[in-house]
Amino acid sequence: MPQKLPHSSGRVLRWLGVASLPCLLAAGFAVSGGWLSPHRVTQNTLIAALQGVDGKHPGFRRNHAKGVCVTGWFEGNGTASALSTSSFLEARRVPVIGRFALAGGMPYQGDAPGKVRSLGLSLRGADGQEWRMGINDIPVFPVRTPEEFQALQLAVRPNPATGKPDPAQVQAFRAAHPWLASAGAALAKRPITSGFENDTYRSLDSFLLQDAKGHVTAVRYAMVPEETDVTIPALSGENALFERLANAIAAHPLRWTLVFTVAGPGDVIDDPSREWSGQDRQIEGGILTIDRIESEETGSCTGITYDPLILPPGVSASGDPVLQARSAAYMRSFAERSREPRPVPAVTPATLETKSQDKAS
Amino acid sequence: MSRPDVFSGPSRLLHWLMVVLILTMLFVGVFMASGAGPHYHMLVSFHRPLGIAILLLAIVRLINRRFNPPPALPADLPRVMSLVAKASHWALYVLMITLPLVGWAMLSAGGYPIPLWGQSLLLPPILPHDATVWGWLRLTHTVLAFGLFGLIMAHAGAALFHFLIRGDRVMQSMTGMPSDPAE
Ligand code: HEM
Ligand code: HEM
Ligand code: HEM
Repeated sequence: MPQKLPHSSGRVLRWLGVASLPCLLAAGFAVSGGWLSPHRVTQNTLIAALQGVDGKHPGFRRNHAKGVCVTGWFEGNGTASALSTSSFLEARRVPVIGRFALAGGMPYQGDAPGKVRSLGLSLRGADGQEWRMGINDIPVFPVRTPEEFQALQLAVRPNPATGKPDPAQVQAFRAAHPWLASAGAALAKRPITSGFENDTYRSLDSFLLQDAKGHVTAVRYAMVPEETDVTIPALSGENALFERLANAIAAHPLRWTLVFTVAGPGDVIDDPSREWSGQDRQIEGGILTIDRIESEETGSCTGITYDPLILPPGVSASGDPVLQARSAAYMRSFAERSREPRPVPAVTPATLETKSQDKAS
Repeated sequence: MSRPDVFSGPSRLLHWLMVVLILTMLFVGVFMASGAGPHYHMLVSFHRPLGIAILLLAIVRLINRRFNPPPALPADLPRVMSLVAKASHWALYVLMITLPLVGWAMLSAGGYPIPLWGQSLLLPPILPHDATVWGWLRLTHTVLAFGLFGLIMAHAGAALFHFLIRGDRVMQSMTGMPSDPAE
């Protein structure tokens, strides 16, 4: 029989005992989930900060929203196998699903020449292994950490009255982060090419290559275009850069060389805002060939997120904190946009069709 | 037929081992999914194999249950309470199995390679690549995980209710204290 307790105060204590464990668990859960630390930088706050600048566009990537799908292949040349066991660097060919895009969260922005351009790549091994890359055409990243990335987005958020960033906010961000001045200067004087097809895309973040003996080499990498003088005539209009890319691919497959830069003694590995010396050893890893272009509406890049931490054996993340935040934020963006109705992208199958007809006529 | 009044040794071992594993998973899960910190990738890489281990252990546990049935609930337990107890135990079993399966299925549908251990050993996909399915399963994983957590809070409270309020032997049946020899 359940014993009857003599004193009511004892009974209260016992009920408190019953409640103690669930309350303890709930408190631990709340602490872990960050509900008691509202200033934590999370997937959600990073995405909210991006949306604060460019607005929310359901169904689109929360950053690099305007883009096209491409496919082709990557063929390693075996040279970089001295540094990494990755099968992708051996002399063999693997299919690639890629995406060219403009940075920023606005899916219908006009193709301004100065906009940061990007290339997402998924190198797909026969064994299910993949190497995903998300690379940009800038020399360095403007910030060092996810916290700084978020603070920068908040600083450049457009003022509702003017529709433009508040110069005072931007100035305050600069003043508070003097160590980012050299990155800002490098970004301001970067060369701008005439299109996606003759642009160089860089990893910015560093990665580690492991060889068979377990020896580790820190590298950054870039996709360097084969042709730098492109004879395709310039186009005008909202989608000029993408149409030009379609014309270039229609003319002949486009090729890039994967070039690794090995960290030298003075190079800062875990900080994407710092340029490397320029004296470093470079190694060519293979050739990327892109021979087809497709709208996001039908292409297979839409169902992929170019999470830079999807890496094959032989390649791993450096200690760069931006890589970790990217992996987390890309997953959240990918999940959210995949639940939203599929929107119509700026570059539709029709846009690309007219381009290839223009070419044929 | 007289049933023993404590859970069998293997049942108790599995129960308490899984208490530690599942609570770890829930705390690690909400921590990593609400952060973008320097350990994010390491935590997700730990979350996957631990989740699969829970899936396997849950199956072992159900098999073990066939051979070592649980002791009867106290005879004087009100009917509703014993129904709720049984239903909640089955719900716990169902969640221990569906939650890791949803985790595995969502990454399959998302087109993610699913490394189980290190980078070399990949789990095969159990669903075809379909981003819409990924998006909804990712949400389902959160909803089920929070449901499991709520159920565990109630379950832990119920165990203490048996111990502190009713003063019956339900708690001891899982801690393994044998009955008072005097009884
Ligand atoms: C903390 C810093 C960063 C945050 C929060 C961030 C956030 C994002 C988000 C949310 C997406 C959309 C993902 C999707 O829906 O699939 C994205 C795409 C992308 N990001 Fe970042 N990013 C960061 C840093 C970087 C860096 C350093 C690079 C370049 C090296 C980069 C390159 C790219 C590229 C290339 C894409 C587009 C891939 C595609 O075409 O699908 N990002 N970023
Ligand atoms: C009993 C097993 C499991 C439990 C208790 C569990 C629990 C959780 C929890 C609480 C979250 C955070 C949800 C949120 O706050 O949105 C989560 C996220 C996640 N889980 Fe699990 N999980 C389990 C099994 C698995 C398995 C087997 C996999 C994969 C094979 C997996 C993959 C993931 C992934 C990828 C995330 C998302 C991380 C992010 O959004 O950054 N889980 N899980
Ligand atoms: C947090 C502290 C916990 C305590 C104090 C506790 C205590 C107990 C007790 C006393 C029983 C026996 C109940 C009975 O005979 O009817 C039991 C059974 C059970 N517990 Fe827990 N438990 C805890 C956590 C968990 C967790 C985290 C899970 C898994 C999600 C779990 C799953 C189960 C299941 C499935 C049973 C039923 C066993 C069966 O009938 O086969 N428990 N628990």
